Amino acid sequence: MNAITHPSRRGLLATVSSALGAFTFGFHAPLVKSAAAQSGNAVPEINVWVVIRPDETVVIRIARSEMGQGTLTGLAQLVAEELECDWSKVTTEYPTPGQNLARNRAWGNMSTGGSRGIRDSHDYVRKGGAAARMMLVQAAANAWGVPAAECSAANSIITHGPSGRSTSFGKVAEAAARLSPPTDIPLKDPKNWKIAGKSVARLDTADKLNGSQIYGMDLRLPGMLNAAIRACPVFGGKIGAVDSKAAEAMPGVKHVLRVGDNAVVVVADTWWRAKTALDAVNITWDEGANANASSASFAEVMKAGLDAPEAAIGNRNGDARAALAGAAKRVEAVYGYPHQNHACMEVMNATALWTPERCEVWTPTQNGEAALAATAEASGLPPARCEVHKIHLGGGFGRRGAVHDWVRQAVAIAKQIPGTPIKLIWSREEDMLHGRFHPVTMCKLQGGLDAQGNLVGLHMRISGQSIVAGIFPQNIRDGRDPVAFQGLNASGGEADIGYTIPNLLIDHAMRNPHVPPGFWRGVNLNQNAIYLECFMDELAHAAGKDPLAFRQALMGNHPRHLGVLNAVAERVGWGRPAAPVNGQAVFRGLAHTHGFGSYVAACAEVSVSDKGELKIHRIVAATDCGHAVNPQQIEMQVEGSFVYGLSAALHSECTVKNGRIEQENFDTYQVLRMDEMPKVETIILQSGGFWGGVGEPTIAVAAPAVLNAIFAATGKRVRHLPLKHADLRRA
Amino acid sequence: MAKLNVNGRVVEIQVEDDTPLLWVLREQLGLTGTKYGCGVAQCGACTVHVDGAAVRACAMPVSAFTEGQKITTIEGLSPDSSHPIQQAWLALDVPQCGFCQPGMIMAASALLAAHPKPTEAQIREEMTNICRCGTYNRVIAGIQRAAGISTSG
Repeated sequence: MNAITHPSRRGLLATVSSALGAFTFGFHAPLVKSAAAQSGNAVPEINVWVVIRPDETVVIRIARSEMGQGTLTGLAQLVAEELECDWSKVTTEYPTPGQNLARNRAWGNMSTGGSRGIRDSHDYVRKGGAAARMMLVQAAANAWGVPAAECSAANSIITHGPSGRSTSFGKVAEAAARLSPPTDIPLKDPKNWKIAGKSVARLDTADKLNGSQIYGMDLRLPGMLNAAIRACPVFGGKIGAVDSKAAEAMPGVKHVLRVGDNAVVVVADTWWRAKTALDAVNITWDEGANANASSASFAEVMKAGLDAPEAAIGNRNGDARAALAGAAKRVEAVYGYPHQNHACMEVMNATALWTPERCEVWTPTQNGEAALAATAEASGLPPARCEVHKIHLGGGFGRRGAVHDWVRQAVAIAKQIPGTPIKLIWSREEDMLHGRFHPVTMCKLQGGLDAQGNLVGLHMRISGQSIVAGIFPQNIRDGRDPVAFQGLNASGGEADIGYTIPNLLIDHAMRNPHVPPGFWRGVNLNQNAIYLECFMDELAHAAGKDPLAFRQALMGNHPRHLGVLNAVAERVGWGRPAAPVNGQAVFRGLAHTHGFGSYVAACAEVSVSDKGELKIHRIVAATDCGHAVNPQQIEMQVEGSFVYGLSAALHSECTVKNGRIEQENFDTYQVLRMDEMPKVETIILQSGGFWGGVGEPTIAVAAPAVLNAIFAATGKRVRHLPLKHADLRRA
Repeated sequence: MAKLNVNGRVVEIQVEDDTPLLWVLREQLGLTGTKYGCGVAQCGACTVHVDGAAVRACAMPVSAFTEGQKITTIEGLSPDSSHPIQQAWLALDVPQCGFCQPGMIMAASALLAAHPKPTEAQIREEMTNICRCGTYNRVIAGIQRAAGISTSG
């Protein structure tokens, strides 16, 4: 078994910090250690989650990928809590996807997305820690000839109560590893947690401060060559003709190759030379059927879907159409949300080594097993002859999970140069043009109020792109994409609507453009929460009611939704005017939703100047995630999610012209920067009894809270994002 | 060929004149702490110090530098992560994925060198690096902590 030690540790540091810092990896070491040695007697593996070394180091195995969200630390806290080990002795390592395959998926699902790292694996990782503790205690009891029930563990020390004898985990680990694992494994009540539930410092910070953290892009293997790639900028297009004569004569160039029928690659000694030579390759594209597609033409398709007779139903009760027809007052609005690129700070990259016998890939991935499957498919070798080494991610946000297009490319290149490691790095331009984009949708909302201003009917028609249809088409049933209704589902799930509306219809007219979709942090909750929560604000205004009170009246059956909404309202002092900032009046807006298993709400405080300049002063956000494993990490996720959500709301969009994405870099794909960052106050409610995710849900409430605050400030409804197109001067 | 003074050492590099400093640092010198993010001086992931000032290395050809200019990368900021910015970052757990953080730390340390007690407005104005994980508020707090600015209340 080969275990990859998380590259923040040990051997790597010594080589990186030498002299100028120039370094070379041994081919398998030190980055990839032979764990056959590790799991032997010298370094006992108590179970798949826990290794205790004789020097008392506790190695906790983490199956999910660390991409900044803190899962290495959070999952280690859960294991350590049950293990009763000394937290200061804890280090982490990734098992590889190949090991997971060879050991019958002993580590379970490696997929890291959907805010599910902790909420999907808390049970079995805690049991892993608890089982290891039970075995360590049993081994000590056996050595002393006493019942295990008379012994206890704390801080990596095992004590026999009656005699006061004690020993340490490291001393009994070898004997413990030989014991049969227990079958009945009780877990602690979370109210007795000592490590979990606490804001312990991250385990992976130190190496991120001095340049020693290794990302996929930073890998260097002996004899490695570097590859730069350009795929046809029009999705679905192919290579027509290639003239590479000039490029082949340029310094350092080794090969000019094709990948499939749609991409040209230059392989050179350095990436900069490869990229420079690629710029000199004259490529004529056969742009194919999508050459004339544009955002404007697809908007017409979506608009038609808003009134199409056929649509897949997501949530329905009563008769919304009849209620609307009989309503005293009707309100109607159309909203839209554009394509977005994930724009991870680290562009897509992978290093591949192919021989006729074996293929290995080193890459930042959110799903090692999916990367292994892609490697096997692209290499033409069975999965058992392939391996993927997960490297720390410079951002993921969903781009590096479901689709491993860059891995397939790297393997396809390496296969043409057997025995030579090839590092493929996309340029930022390639990354922007060949994303897997946040889906584009529109939504028509119609609401009916009775004479007293009560909501009697709501029809919400979504029209537009389905991620599932693009990535997992086998999961579409009768034209229905189940993920399309995130945050709008009937109760009982992980993303439910927070209102009881007597007559409700939410449906989706699927309309798919040629732009490939992807799971983008927050997924469909992003636009669904904007559509619903901004429209609820419109309805409240039309009913002449306070936006908070109007919502509360519909939320009696949804106490957890109501709990987070009330928490933010109380914190900001809703109902009393906000204090002006620098002479500017401050206005508030609310939003809430349920997604990825957590209940979230936000209140934004904004000013809009006479010139229409928006300033977001503060956002107060509440999250009820049931059990909170590391409150500080949750705060960081909430703050970070707002940067991601507000980037999309204020600035970012990917538009299509002539079949291709128009924005090629951060000069045209603008994102939120520090000058616009609001203060964020995070409220963490821990109602207990469930486990919700925290990486994504709050993204969805940032934009609608801000949009509703803008309306309060200006009387203007912004219904199509990004906001940069809107004139916010008071009407 | 170029002669550069990097992290206190003079090195000779055989490379085309128009190669950006970023790629010389990463590929010729193996200093991969300096990151490629955009290549057009937008994101700041490649920020290094040249004679103490923050420079975006992706947009500067190596031929623009002389041996007399002192280039400092994240690896050379301090021998043991003891720079006040690094210490503040550690105390506040500023990084998330960490990819932008070398550039962020180099920009922040250059800011403090020029303005030992920056106002919050100054920090927000001067720090234009992009972080997609969204560490901005902790970056601001980290700079204030390193500057010894009290932010209580």
